[in-house]
Amino acid sequence: MTERNDHLERLLGPAGPDIGCDECFERLDEYVELELRGADADAGVPGMREHLAGCPACGEEHESLRALLS
Amino acid sequence: MLMAVASPVPVERNWIDALSAEGYERDEAIADLHDLLLRAARFEIGRRRAALSHVRGEELEDLATQAADDALVAILAKLHTFRGASRFTTWAYKFALLEAGVRVRRRAWQGRKVVLEPESWPSFEDSRPPVEAGPEATELLGALKRAVCEDLTPHQRRVFTALALNEVPIDVLAERLDTTRGALYKTLHDARAKLRSELVATGHMEEVSS
Repeated sequence: MTERNDHLERLLGPAGPDIGCDECFERLDEYVELELRGADADAGVPGMREHLAGCPACGEEHESLRALLS
Repeated sequence: MLMAVASPVPVERNWIDALSAEGYERDEAIADLHDLLLRAARFEIGRRRAALSHVRGEELEDLATQAADDALVAILAKLHTFRGASRFTTWAYKFALLEAGVRVRRRAWQGRKVVLEPESWPSFEDSRPPVEAGPEATELLGALKRAVCEDLTPHQRRVFTALALNEVPIDVLAERLDTTRGALYKTLHDARAKLRSELVATGHMEEVSS
């Protein structure tokens, strides 16, 4: 990805469907367990990956739950 | 010890039954759950400690305890919503991580001004691409700036300015505006979609199929 795209991505967030903060919290445990099992978490919880990329707070919680369980 | 990492997850027990029981069994389950939540809260605060380098250890421990307490209350209130999509402990941990993360972000921003208005264009300018990115990038940023000024509603502009341009944590902004993270993110998402659409319409971006 180019520097320009990185910059714009940070400001505009990812394109595509995004489940939002409330559903992200509701399904974060399921998503992380799928990830840690090596399953297709993005297929299991569509729109989660985009949300985690666009919402730094939810992204931090995702990283922390993964780290806590690893 | 505050910064001790979380202990390994104990053998899964039937938490729902134990927490729904009465008397000693329930009290014991609640105490054990609180221990788990406190470890998770300490873990999160330890991970984010760089943002709180000015905060004393005693206060960090207070933040962890408050986070565990509030997580426990939330879990007990939502116990009936647990649907077994993950282990119970994984489900419970996320409450403690949320509570601790919110407290860390709010404590780190305590006393700092949150700029909501486009008077903060200097911060927009600060986020300019480097000169070597070329005139095309500068033109793109100019188009984005125009779209922020002309196409967003005042509320969308304030939220975009704070969250995307000035990188104010969403929980901090939610507290200052007396709203929720979910509502703010929805506003940000709508603003971003509108800006993206405008940049596509003016030929500054290619449409991304979703």
